[in-house]
Amino acid sequence: MKTQSSLSAVSLPKCRRKRQNLRLNIWNHRFYYLMLLPAFVAVLVFSYFPMYGVQIAFKDYKGSLGLAGSPWVGFKYFRDFFQSYNCWTLIKNTFALSIYSFLAGFPIPILIALLLNEVSVRYKRFAQTALYAPHFISLVVLAGMIIAMLSPSIGSINAIIKMFGGQSIYFMSKPSAFRHIYVWSGVWQDAGWNSVIYFAALSAVDPQLHEAAIMDGASKLQRIWHINIPTILPTIVIMFILTAGQLATVGQEKVLLLQNDLNLDVSEVISTYVYKRGILHANYSFSTAIGLMNNVVNVVFLLIANWISGKVSETSLF
Amino acid sequence: MTATRDSASDRHFRSFCYVFITILLLFVMYPLLYVLSASVSDPAMVASGKVILLPKGFTLEGYRRVFQDKNILTGYANTIFYTVVGTLINLITTVPAGYALARRTLPGRRLLTVYFMIPMYFSGGLIPTFLLVNQIGLYNTRAIMVLIYAFNMYYCIICRTFFDSMPKEMEEAAIIDGCTPFQTFFRVILPLSKALIGVMVLFFAVEQWNTYFAAMIYLRDQDKYPLQLVLRKILVLEQTSAEMLSNAGESAAAANFQLKELLKYAVIVVSSLPVLIIYPFVQKYFEQGVMIGSVKG
Repeated sequence: MKTQSSLSAVSLPKCRRKRQNLRLNIWNHRFYYLMLLPAFVAVLVFSYFPMYGVQIAFKDYKGSLGLAGSPWVGFKYFRDFFQSYNCWTLIKNTFALSIYSFLAGFPIPILIALLLNEVSVRYKRFAQTALYAPHFISLVVLAGMIIAMLSPSIGSINAIIKMFGGQSIYFMSKPSAFRHIYVWSGVWQDAGWNSVIYFAALSAVDPQLHEAAIMDGASKLQRIWHINIPTILPTIVIMFILTAGQLATVGQEKVLLLQNDLNLDVSEVISTYVYKRGILHANYSFSTAIGLMNNVVNVVFLLIANWISGKVSETSLF
Repeated sequence: MTATRDSASDRHFRSFCYVFITILLLFVMYPLLYVLSASVSDPAMVASGKVILLPKGFTLEGYRRVFQDKNILTGYANTIFYTVVGTLINLITTVPAGYALARRTLPGRRLLTVYFMIPMYFSGGLIPTFLLVNQIGLYNTRAIMVLIYAFNMYYCIICRTFFDSMPKEMEEAAIIDGCTPFQTFFRVILPLSKALIGVMVLFFAVEQWNTYFAAMIYLRDQDKYPLQLVLRKILVLEQTSAEMLSNAGESAAAANFQLKELLKYAVIVVSSLPVLIIYPFVQKYFEQGVMIGSVKG
């Protein structure tokens, strides 16, 4: 008892002094907090308020009753989704698009960076400028270009097919063509841009390693294999985690632009369905539930990918 | 002997690199060049498949039509407004925040970083955000277009990494000379951060210029539509009716249709050119800007 009271008698002023120090320290940093304020408010309003609003997934949300007044319904809308006739089609379409995009889109930027690193500096600069260009084109324009160029009437692709004696094809109406169009237009647009990160990583390669390897008679390919690739491997792993964490997501923006009534069977994905049910048909609770589920699956994927790479390669996000 | 054999295989590999890159460039450049050629070609030539790479029957009729279209011009003006104001707001929220988060002595720095990073991985989703925007009265206002993407943590991390790698002596010297942190930031740090600001302005401006989805959800009045939403109507929504028209045969309607199709190519060029002209100027900073270290928390 005695020791305890003496302990508290000693620690109390110490604690108070510490708190005063902290307060002084915070006051001294007031300018920095002020600098953070706009960002803090923006994130609070446009990110955290909607997170609070996500509870309508478990409620029967009525605009007239408001967020607090709407009755709880538990997992009703999640059950509704899994019992709906198109649920598995949506999930299948989403994963088909994202996995296909991943398989086509992940290795190509690495290849571009490794090979472009071997050509002369002037040609490299020129090639980079050209390869980055599609990234700066908007999705609307990209979709417009795809539709126009693949069109049977004004497009060059069909003109080329006809030139070689083929029949013109109305690609946009073919459901079987949709995934290829979506994925390869994505590769066209972003493969160059996505290689930037690997260029940055390659610039960290120690030139002395190459010099030593040349002395030892290593060929160019051997040096790429044993020096360049190991150097950029952590970058590859990080990009792999980030991409894998998004495997359950296909953004709605591009799909909506390439979607039409004829390819709906393969082009309807979770995010476009959320948009249509939520924004166009005002089924707020239902589509919030689907969106929430999608998001949770994403986080789980991210954590799994992060955990696996942490185990395998000792590189991880957090 | 081995040395010469190796260099021979090296030379083969080098030529392979050149060939590979050149083929890649052809694939990437072809659609861009085709659009440019088609936009200045005679519509009849385009429609009959005569234009494969180079323009045939040069005309600027498509461009003349584009600049007469009231919707396109209004959209253009709106987009310029959203891009300028939106980029300014983005800069104000993101760059100072990155500077503050780079301050290692800042009390609560780790907690704040976590606060900003959670939304990178988890969000309320489309509908709760939409309902919120409605609730706070920003639906169908110009304000929502510049506020909805006001802060971007990914770019903020790039800023933080950039400021973190600056020599600390500079700040210390400024503070010893009697600068307040604000003065240090505006008079010492920012003038040394032109590369960063350049890259950030480009990224933000391109995003503002290219976005259509936010406008589609949050705007109702046509006179507030940005260019991309006008383009969507011209380039994407009118495709089916246009394809039906093309089967109608050669008539006045067909000629009119061809002109309308030509307008598509001109409109693509007019809307994309500003961005495509600007990015090469800051290109040399890209590699610094997207360093992978910046992705890690």
